[in-house]
Amino acid sequence: MIPLGHILILSGLLFSIGVAGVILRRNAIVVFLNIELMLNGVNLAFIGFATRMDSMVGVIFVFFVLVVAAAEAVVGLAIMLEIFRNKETLSVDEINLLKW
Amino acid sequence: MTFQITQTDLQTILPELILFGMGMLVLVVELFRRPGASTLPQALVALLGISASGYGAYLQLGLDLKGFSGEVIADDYAAVFKMVFAATAFLTVLISTRYLADRKMDFGEYYALLLFAVGGMMVMASALDLLMVFVGLEILSISSYILCGMLRHDVKSNESAMKYFLLGAFATGFLLYGMAMIYGATGTIHIREIGMALTNPDTFANPLVWFGMALLLVGFGFKLSIVPFHMWTPDVYEGAPTAVTAFLSAGPKAAGFAALIRLLVEALGAMRGEWSQVLWVLAALTMTLGNVVAIQQNNIKRMLAYSSIAHAGYILAALVVSTSEGLGAVVFYTLAYTLMNMGIFAVLILASGPDKERVTFDDFKGFGYVSPAVGLATLVFVLSLIGIPLTGGFVGKFQIFKAVVEQGYIWLAVIGVVNSVVSVYYYLRILVVFYMTPPQGEPAPKPVFHPGLAAAILVSAVGVLYLGILPSAWLELSSRSVSVLLAGF
Repeated sequence: MIPLGHILILSGLLFSIGVAGVILRRNAIVVFLNIELMLNGVNLAFIGFATRMDSMVGVIFVFFVLVVAAAEAVVGLAIMLEIFRNKETLSVDEINLLKW
Repeated sequence: MTFQITQTDLQTILPELILFGMGMLVLVVELFRRPGASTLPQALVALLGISASGYGAYLQLGLDLKGFSGEVIADDYAAVFKMVFAATAFLTVLISTRYLADRKMDFGEYYALLLFAVGGMMVMASALDLLMVFVGLEILSISSYILCGMLRHDVKSNESAMKYFLLGAFATGFLLYGMAMIYGATGTIHIREIGMALTNPDTFANPLVWFGMALLLVGFGFKLSIVPFHMWTPDVYEGAPTAVTAFLSAGPKAAGFAALIRLLVEALGAMRGEWSQVLWVLAALTMTLGNVVAIQQNNIKRMLAYSSIAHAGYILAALVVSTSEGLGAVVFYTLAYTLMNMGIFAVLILASGPDKERVTFDDFKGFGYVSPAVGLATLVFVLSLIGIPLTGGFVGKFQIFKAVVEQGYIWLAVIGVVNSVVSVYYYLRILVVFYMTPPQGEPAPKPVFHPGLAAAILVSAVGVLYLGILPSAWLELSSRSVSVLLAGF
């Protein structure tokens, strides 16, 4: 059995790579992919804890996270499609009408 | 194992059920709409659903029911917040009908999404489980991403939707990671069981709990646009359709605070000493930055976005003390803020027409003389936003700062009062533009009467004055509602 520490380190790595990607990447779709990576880090942590504690709660939580992430992807990609139709770009640097 | 839904379960989530059901009904009605026909029937169905749901929440006052194996709860606290949410949604529908027609986004789906969003808010208020908090938050967020982008051919609306979506999803990641950590440390996701587990010194000392609490605060910080996680707020509020901005600045924030308070007090109550210090700093930062940056805005929508950040700061100040007076003041302030904010957005929408949206200060030069009645109502809202006596805003702020001082946080109260003084500058600018600046070129046209908008402005103005002159009934209800939460202490 894989020790919990290993699982948590991997989950932390996935989450951090996701956060770094959201901050550093400029393409809206790639940013969104990085958010999905963060959510997968979360899922891994939940499954790790659930396995160690032998409780189903964490596993069920993962199912909800998956479903919600799918729903979010549907809406998010639709929004990006609409932006691309109007502006022909998905770079977050060029989507900059609103500024202080 | 058998799974049965009992009558208690259904009774607990009655207001939510009504909203989601009526949301579906709006979609069905929308099916039968001829192309180009008005969406008035859909709006009426939505109003009916919201009223029924608000009444359902009213009936839940005084109950203490737990449904679905303790996942959701119907207590005074949830019921009071649900009533506030119903009021928010009701006013949003009233100010939306003409706006949607003017902007050529007259889709019935708008009302359905609005009902779903409010349903999500109600789930957050009654959630007694991290999973339910998450699900409610996502129902709310996903619906509001779409609402922000409703003006499909307007690039600003697209941009606002995308920023809201990316930042919202990013925040959800932090929130979920925090929930995972807390689950890992305590072995449960039930809010009250977490609170019980944290009384054990071993669990309390577990670094995972602390890490989880920090991540939860970051996640909620984004959702509630607390400095330093506020950067998305002005952009999203400026770009979104004005009626949606009105909803966003009042509704989701109140829901976020409803869930955050329950989490902090019932689950993380043992760590109160620590989180109240963090919130102290955040509250001071949020009030100050919101007010200072609001001064230099020329777009009223954007100015109100910064003002909503500042008001979130005042509410946070009350959260720092988390006594029954402090939290009662939060509940009171939520309703007062909803009314005055909705009112001022209703004025913006009333002044706009099919030709153009009027959202900058320059658009409103001399408007107070063009339409004296609207000018008078605006006066009430502005005075309440500043916090002048005899308005709801004053009583709310007074209650908050009173609670803060009583617990010895003198400096926080001083920062708050100084901030209120700063805010006078930019709120009064509205009145200066309305009454003391002669219009250059073409003056603003006289606004066209619309029953929905007129009703929204009237209800908000009367509500603000009522809360300011006779606050005792609502004050008593607010402090009674939070006493349920604090019973454990």
